[in-house]
Amino acid sequence: MGWNLIRVYAVLVYLFMFLPVAVVVLLSFNASQFGAFPMAGFSMRWFVALWENDAVMRAFRTSLLLGLLCAIISTTLGVLASLALVRYRIPGRNLLTTVLIAPILVPEVVMAVALLLFLNFIGIGRSFPMLLAGHVIFTLPFVILVVQARLVGIRRDVEEAALSLGASPRQTFFAVTLPLLMPAVAAGALFAFTISFDNITGTLFWKPGGVETVPTQIFAMLRHSISPEINALGTVMIVLTVGLPLLGAALARRLAMKSGV
Amino acid sequence: MGAVSLENIVKRFGSFTAVEQTSLTIAEGTFTTLLGPSGCGKTTTLRMIAGLLDPTEGDIVIGGKRVNDVPIHKRNLGLVFQNYALFPHKTVADNVGFGLRYRKVGRAEMARRVREALELVQLPHLAGRYPKALSGGQQQRIALARAIVIEPEVLLLDEPLSALDANLREDMRVELKRIQERIGVTTVFVTHDQSEALAMSDQIVVMSDGRVEQMGAPEEVYNTPASEFVARFLGASNILDGRCLSRGAPGAELEVPVFGKVMVPSARAPHLGGEGPAKLVIRAERLLLRDAPPEGGAFSAPATVETVDYQGQSVRYFVRAGEVQLQAINMIDERPFPVGAQVHMTLRPQDCAALPG
Repeated sequence: MGWNLIRVYAVLVYLFMFLPVAVVVLLSFNASQFGAFPMAGFSMRWFVALWENDAVMRAFRTSLLLGLLCAIISTTLGVLASLALVRYRIPGRNLLTTVLIAPILVPEVVMAVALLLFLNFIGIGRSFPMLLAGHVIFTLPFVILVVQARLVGIRRDVEEAALSLGASPRQTFFAVTLPLLMPAVAAGALFAFTISFDNITGTLFWKPGGVETVPTQIFAMLRHSISPEINALGTVMIVLTVGLPLLGAALARRLAMKSGV
Repeated sequence: MGAVSLENIVKRFGSFTAVEQTSLTIAEGTFTTLLGPSGCGKTTTLRMIAGLLDPTEGDIVIGGKRVNDVPIHKRNLGLVFQNYALFPHKTVADNVGFGLRYRKVGRAEMARRVREALELVQLPHLAGRYPKALSGGQQQRIALARAIVIEPEVLLLDEPLSALDANLREDMRVELKRIQERIGVTTVFVTHDQSEALAMSDQIVVMSDGRVEQMGAPEEVYNTPASEFVARFLGASNILDGRCLSRGAPGAELEVPVFGKVMVPSARAPHLGGEGPAKLVIRAERLLLRDAPPEGGAFSAPATVETVDYQGQSVRYFVRAGEVQLQAINMIDERPFPVGAQVHMTLRPQDCAALPG
């Protein structure tokens, strides 16, 4: 009896969480131009409309570029920072870790305002590079947390063995450390991409005039009307931000199985 | 191949001194063991030879060249670790060939040398496997192959057998010694296991608290320990505090509890100067328990059996003679003495060693 109640409760929780998402996905295939039930038939017209909407496509390209650059920069910085924090004795290590992780703990809107005020203070206007810098600040902690956890598990003596066999420290990093770190690097990059891709709070504050990312574009469109195009855009975003990490995880697992790590 | 010498090496970590002023020479082609309990500085010493640690003071010389400022990857050393440290993302062949990639070796020669190294460790059929699929013993053989395929000047082994289980450890001990003799590489072996040290070494360096206690051939270290620490660390020993009554050319006459006056031959008392406090070292295997006192001149004293630790072909007894408890490890024919038995301990003076008190 008790277990049945818990089952029902669990199903209700899942419904509460995922029903809205399901509705959006379902309605994005609705033939009617009113985004409401009952559905008038299956159609891809809103996806086509998206494709033909210049503003949306521009926002999409901006988000993609922003996400990719953010992933590359965050991952590179995150790996380097993790190496320094885990492999070397550096003064103030704990303080440094806390500072690097802090952006997760500080409320996003506070971070957003703070960076904007700081940029104003030093007289740098809003621009794409500044937007990118903001996204990197947000995503770096996730990369560091993931990479650091993995790096701690890579035994130092494996690297020492490579050194003793004649590989320089740099060669050792690329031949041994990085390949062993790869699952974490890939996970970190995916985190960075998805977090950047659907960030809205910071982006609203930092984006230069005339530049829109997908989330800010949706936000802008919602102010006028609830177009079924938004449902289609939502579906595309779900596919990207859910599908990509799942794909990445599956890929990482296959790689790991092959190499027996 | 090269000789290794440490000249007045000191290693400090902050205020802690891991290795105190140590000098030692390892002759070319020999097998030298650094032996001691954990924390004695043996691994620190090995890591300084490897270049993984910088000495605080002193020089490290390999093959006639001072290498203090030569980084590890330019020292051409083979290093084998306790936990194998194979590259988990590379096949056995790629693991073994790793060092050759940084040595301008052609593809064909690389394949040949990898194959030869794998044959030397008797695992040529595992070339395509990943380390995860190998047993501990196999992994350690591959690690050894990886270290020797680069033809290192010195082979450094950091407790390579201690992660293996007991039977395998003895096989690997024989195997390791066979391979070392075959290729004749100067080898430094670190262990806390005295039987490994005694069985494999040309030279044993016994260390304790960052100091070298004694250096010498296995028989020398075993038979004539230079200190009480060495006597206790290598084998089971009874140590009786007494006095040296006289020291002459034939030997030293000691007076100790239980046995009274014992004449220790000079060869067994090289570290004992003259009269004064002295210690008598009696190996547990040399203290024989008998039903009756021996005929003739052997030393003897009565005792009572307190503990019997039966081990099949041998027995470890703890016996009491007055205030003193002694241990004796004896081979037995049939059944051991029971607890409480009255026995006679017999001893040949030439089996004892004398130490300064």
